[in-house]
Amino acid sequence: MSSPATAIRQTEVLDQPWVETLHQWVTTVDHKRVGILYILYALVFLVIGGIEAVTIRIQLMSPHNDFVSPQVFNRMFTMHGTTMIFFVAMPILFGFGNYLVPLMIGARDMAFPRLNAFSFWLSALSGFLLYFSFLGGSGLYGAGSAPDMGWWAYAPLAARAFSPGSSADYWTIAVLVSGFGSIGTAVNLIATILCMRCPGMTLGRMPLLSWLYLTMSGLALIGITPLSAAQLMLLVDRYLGGHFFDTQAGGSATLWMHFFWIFGHPEVYILVIPAFAFISEIIPVFSRKPIFGYPVMVAATVCIAFVSMSVWAHHMFTIGMNSYANSFFAITTMAVGVPTGIKIFNWLGTMWGGRIQFKTPMLFSIAFLFQFLIAGLTGIIQAAVPFDWQLSLSYFVVAHFHYVIVGGILFALFAAFYYWYPKVTGRMLSERLGKLHFWLFVIGFHLCFDVMHIPGLLGMPRRIYTYEPGRGWDTLNLIVTIGAFIQGIAVLVFLWNLIVSCWKGAEAGNDPWDAWTLEWSVSSPPPAYNFASIPRVASRRPLWDRKHPEDPDSRYE
Amino acid sequence: MLDAPSTHITSVFAPASTSARAIYDLSLFVLAVTAVIFVIVGSLLLYSIVRFRHRAADAGREPAQVYGSTQIELAWTVIPVLIVVVLFLATARVIHGIQDAPKPPTAVEVIAIGHQFWWEFRYPKLGIVTANELHIPVSDPPRSVPTYLTLLSADTDHSFWIPELAGKTDLIPNRVNEMWMDPQRTGVFLGQCAQYCGTQHAKMLLRVVVDSAEDFEAWTRTQRLSAPQDHEVMAGRRVFETTACMNCHAVGGTAANGLFGPDLTHLMSRHTIASGAAENTRENLRLWIENPEALKPGSLMPAMKLTDAELDALVRYLETLR
Repeated sequence: MSSPATAIRQTEVLDQPWVETLHQWVTTVDHKRVGILYILYALVFLVIGGIEAVTIRIQLMSPHNDFVSPQVFNRMFTMHGTTMIFFVAMPILFGFGNYLVPLMIGARDMAFPRLNAFSFWLSALSGFLLYFSFLGGSGLYGAGSAPDMGWWAYAPLAARAFSPGSSADYWTIAVLVSGFGSIGTAVNLIATILCMRCPGMTLGRMPLLSWLYLTMSGLALIGITPLSAAQLMLLVDRYLGGHFFDTQAGGSATLWMHFFWIFGHPEVYILVIPAFAFISEIIPVFSRKPIFGYPVMVAATVCIAFVSMSVWAHHMFTIGMNSYANSFFAITTMAVGVPTGIKIFNWLGTMWGGRIQFKTPMLFSIAFLFQFLIAGLTGIIQAAVPFDWQLSLSYFVVAHFHYVIVGGILFALFAAFYYWYPKVTGRMLSERLGKLHFWLFVIGFHLCFDVMHIPGLLGMPRRIYTYEPGRGWDTLNLIVTIGAFIQGIAVLVFLWNLIVSCWKGAEAGNDPWDAWTLEWSVSSPPPAYNFASIPRVASRRPLWDRKHPEDPDSRYE
Repeated sequence: MLDAPSTHITSVFAPASTSARAIYDLSLFVLAVTAVIFVIVGSLLLYSIVRFRHRAADAGREPAQVYGSTQIELAWTVIPVLIVVVLFLATARVIHGIQDAPKPPTAVEVIAIGHQFWWEFRYPKLGIVTANELHIPVSDPPRSVPTYLTLLSADTDHSFWIPELAGKTDLIPNRVNEMWMDPQRTGVFLGQCAQYCGTQHAKMLLRVVVDSAEDFEAWTRTQRLSAPQDHEVMAGRRVFETTACMNCHAVGGTAANGLFGPDLTHLMSRHTIASGAAENTRENLRLWIENPEALKPGSLMPAMKLTDAELDALVRYLETLR
């Protein structure tokens, strides 16, 4: 890096009335503030979705439990799934992307700041719409209930015959609107990454995080569009007498499944690729080595994105596809394991020969590696179609995808929180609380989701509000519930850490981790418009070059 | 709580039919391969954490900066590709073996229809209609009598799953699915609806009773008979035929020919009621008719607000339907 970045002086008046501050936040188009809004919004929904999860777990703690009615239970798992995917995972990952991508590529903002704010507020509106169904779902104020058709809204359960009232419509419109928000942000990220890189930052010199967000955004464009189309078709069915999915009038239930999963499977990668992105930034810094096999990591990511578009029907192995279709989706699904495996090996290669520092972000990253390895392997197990005829729709699958989403994505997110919190707030998160959070969460996670595989193998289907004693499921479900509670406590520790450290955390300085990417070259929190003068880079690790002028990366790349 | 029907553990690792065993064998192979991968990669990970941890003596010095290695990348690309090829071939073989198995002429044919929240079973060749408890003959290796199921749905999606006998196959409206099983021992096999189908998805339980050839023969004989005409229970029959019961339920040989609920012609030959939610006893039957919500909230059977006398008469009538 040839020119050290000097911060633009903060021009903000510090002693302004809170209304003024609020107004600034609501009307902001600054990528950092929009990013923070996304993250805070997602954290609120994380708590709501968590409460729904705990409700589900209390109900299943023992056979014939009557903590909630079947109707409430069905609403809980529908809302839990919808909330966690559309209103926690998507916004929180877009939030991190929003905050980090411009900083890491040496840009002053996103390509389209107003679109950025608009996309966020669309997402915010959609979350509100979904939860308004509790109040107005039956069409009358105060006479509502949440949708109870499962977060896949399979036809014909979502048809008017089986979901009367408006709660299914709140679900449909919420998902549609949040989809528009996601498409907006995806377009924005793509434009930003392709057009706003600082001088010297060729595509091959971008931090891996930018590459992964570029891939993820492309995948979001391709994956979310069919979902939006399907929601419109469902609305046509429900209100204009269409028969796309209306089986009583000759429509096709499997058509909805195809539409949903051609979104749903890329969606898994839309969520997990940003998790890979965090891990790919954190592991090198705490191993004190550059990422191993950068070009291969990029290629593997793009490869995952392409292959992930041809695996959707592995969610549908039980619907009676013929043996050729089943074989096709078996091989594509197993094939995804190859680039994913390559990524795990490269992270391992990065740690190999390093000097690993066990700070909280690294602890979460290491746990991610172990858990994602297991999640990937249980994925391969389910790609063996005949075995999946046993496992599909059972608690084994529930355990598997929670292993991906919690054990993989959420652990990576926690790592990202501990890693970038100092940059965002200027203060460190407490390491002591961080380690407590980590160990509680690891114990809770494994109690909950390791054990959860077993009832599936013993014939327990998902989405049942109660079960008979004597099937061998009782004790296992109790353990799972205990694990869920421990994770809940760990999340409270985490939230407490986020709040307290904002005031009491140690001053972070610009570069607390001795890291190498551009966001650490500016003050913490970064000033408005990030860079006083746009930096110029000569390698993938501009700050390494600056710290080691005698042996810069640019010599080897 | 009510007397729940007896239950036992149903593991996918305790196969009792050809297809379940083929799946079991495949699962052992896949589990073994993935376990080996887990042990190798997991050990490498563990080793690198311990071996390459930061030590106090390292303070201030950076390790050797290594950017990658084409040979290593090639190795850990090619080996997984080979593993995938092997796993795929093993999988494709079992898919083909199960899905494309020719139907032998001796096969018993059953049409299974999923309803919210119960199972209808029709034996077109035998002229039998029953519900929730599927009777099929045992298929001893020397005398193979597999059962072929045609799967349909009357409303939403359901899924037929008996872990010990076969993997699951969905019942989807407007679509015809097929599956088969050839149980190799007699007994009761438990399962339940595996695809979320609405409020009472949880209590859409399923029992497959595998009979010996003789027992199956005897069962089909009795199931083909019409309901006995017993004048002592005329009062109950009148309740059945004058309230809405007969709109949904059929009783062979009477005017009741409803199709929306289970056929009750041989109600008492079944061990459970309400799709396995409760044991078929007089008390449970009475409670179920009086207030279905008490047993299975969200069930589509309405409470008919019968008086105690009507209830008693009705239960007495139903008890003659053997």
